[in-house]
Amino acid sequence: MSDIAVRVEGLGKQFVLRGKQEKYRTLRDTITHAAGAPVRLVRGLFSRNGSRPEPENTFWALKDISFEVKRGEVVGIIGRNGAGKSTLLKILSRITEPTEGYAEIYGRVGSLLEVGTGFHPELSGRENIFLNGAILGMRRREIERQFDEIVAFAEVEKFIDMPVKHYSSGMYLRLAFAVAAHLEPEILIVDEVLAVGDAAFQKKCMGKMQDVAGQGRTVLFVSHNMAAIQTLCSRGLLLESGHLLQDVPSHEAVQTYLRRGVTEEVAPSFDKREGDGSIRFMDVEIVSSEGETLTQLLSGQDIVIRMEYKADRDRCPSHVNASLWVNSLVGERFFVCCVDVVRDSFRNIPPEGILTCHVPRLPLPPGSYTLSVWCQANGRVADKVENALQFEVIPGNFYATGRLPNRKNSSVLIDYSWEITGRESSLPRRQ
Amino acid sequence: MSTVTSEFETKGSAESPPVLRIAPTRGWVSLQLREVWQYRELLFFLTWRDVKVRYKQTAIGGAWAILQPFLTMVVFSLFFGKLAKIPSDGIPYPIFSYAALVPWTFFANGLSQSSNSLVGSANLIKKVYFPRLVVPISSVLSGVVDFALAFLVLLGMMLYYGIVPTWNVVFLPLLLLLSLVTSLGVGLWLSAMNVHFRDVRYIIPFLTQFWMFATPIAYSSRLLSEPWRTLYGINPMVGVVDGFRWALLGSQNAPGPMLWVSTGAALFLLVSGAYYFRRMEKTFADTV
Repeated sequence: MSDIAVRVEGLGKQFVLRGKQEKYRTLRDTITHAAGAPVRLVRGLFSRNGSRPEPENTFWALKDISFEVKRGEVVGIIGRNGAGKSTLLKILSRITEPTEGYAEIYGRVGSLLEVGTGFHPELSGRENIFLNGAILGMRRREIERQFDEIVAFAEVEKFIDMPVKHYSSGMYLRLAFAVAAHLEPEILIVDEVLAVGDAAFQKKCMGKMQDVAGQGRTVLFVSHNMAAIQTLCSRGLLLESGHLLQDVPSHEAVQTYLRRGVTEEVAPSFDKREGDGSIRFMDVEIVSSEGETLTQLLSGQDIVIRMEYKADRDRCPSHVNASLWVNSLVGERFFVCCVDVVRDSFRNIPPEGILTCHVPRLPLPPGSYTLSVWCQANGRVADKVENALQFEVIPGNFYATGRLPNRKNSSVLIDYSWEITGRESSLPRRQ
Repeated sequence: MSTVTSEFETKGSAESPPVLRIAPTRGWVSLQLREVWQYRELLFFLTWRDVKVRYKQTAIGGAWAILQPFLTMVVFSLFFGKLAKIPSDGIPYPIFSYAALVPWTFFANGLSQSSNSLVGSANLIKKVYFPRLVVPISSVLSGVVDFALAFLVLLGMMLYYGIVPTWNVVFLPLLLLLSLVTSLGVGLWLSAMNVHFRDVRYIIPFLTQFWMFATPIAYSSRLLSEPWRTLYGINPMVGVVDGFRWALLGSQNAPGPMLWVSTGAALFLLVSGAYYFRRMEKTFADTV
């Protein structure tokens, strides 16, 4: 018996773009076209591809996709909207057929492309559990056996015999996810179901997904939540415009995805800014303590952030406050450096100059980050440039040991030390 | 949860798991009836849902199942029975027409519901895999409950008119099956077409209306002489209606060979419909 759960070979899916109508120029064309209509109608009734597509009216949602998934592997599929992730899952769940290539699936598949598929608002929670379970491919005995567990997980015990149209949206979602979460196939295909509900519910879903992943089931998981991909998946498939770009460990795939996103979506710029303009940042750069411009920073390096500015003489900014902050590419904030928490605000600043901020021992682990800057004059926001600069941090000697904690486990580096002391007597101390 | 995991493990090591191959299909494809059978629980739940939901939020609920054929019968009895004095094979006109309207209503509702079923379940079809045949089958089957309600009234009317059913009543389930097969056959064709051409939705009311007048509901098929009457059986509902009158009311107008013609026509509709449906099936999720 092989240990392969899913094998995909040269898979492709072509779609016909609709809405592109031929135009009839002359009356004669129109009449001959109309005369041909019955023939086209009959042909259309039996045609499985719509009208024969012109090459320019088609596009490949997926092309030449090949990969294998081993039993028990948890694979994340990432990519921008329209990259083909959902089409791939739909083919693997047999909802739609591929145009070329094939996929082989070894084992019982359960797919969750949506929670609450087939829920009927007029039916009670109890009835919907059975209906939804059957739709997802669960046997009736299986549903009966797990019924109490599903209800408890969804926390809807009191309302179980009430039509779900009277449920709050939270209850509805919890119930829908609870049924789905108790599906027990050998291979599970999941699309973005965690993207619904409030934070507490999402946390619960993540926990359940982690359980599933930990039970040795094979999981294919699509998400835009990079943190979820990194936590749950060991391997990542990165799709871009229908092609398989990368098949690598998940954190690498996430890095590539973010980097490629950077060049096209969140390129640093000074174009978008806020504030009244009494002070304007002209340029931001990061230099070493010796003053040389840095393209890559080391964890633990002493750095200086230099912000060139010009002030509007007429508005004579007298009390000036400034701050800068560092975010990850997905927008988590790591730290803020404010002028007014470490000293008094600047008075009577020169009309042109450079603000500098010294950061000794950069407390960031390796990764990509963005830097934003802000300043305030006479109590009003003068300028704010979000994502003014992007920078890369590479492994450095923060702890003077040459070692760093796993990036997954620690998003900032802090100073600490460990010690061990023995007890003087091994007997428990008594008072 | 842990017990279930181990269940899978033991299963996995005892026998190799089923292999599923997903590849493009070409031309006409097999019906995969065995798979439909594997999904019989889903078929049951979808049918049950249709039944359960149909009359929710209506004021008189299931009474609609009775009123629909009953009121038609009243109108027919007034205009065709009393005024036009259309011959009714020596049976009181109200029960003569009602005995035909009961299977007819089952057929017509089944036809229109199954024709709209795929489009109505677009959400399911785009998100979950199951044999798509389950959808139109369940919408025809859900009509059986309505049929049973209307049939009870038919029994009441027989009691009222003092009509004792003949032994031929044992054929009644087969006749019901015949109308189910016809309804499903047409429903399979139309539901698959409806995915690509929403015109179907507008055709259905005309189709059922024309079909109703082409079926001996208000009149008797005796108006035709042989061999035309046998040929008339090409419309399978002719066989069903004449069969109902013959089995229940003991009409002297036994369907005989006409019933075989009807059965043949119905099976042709069903089989061709099923193959057409399966042929078009792969386009459903992308188009609907």
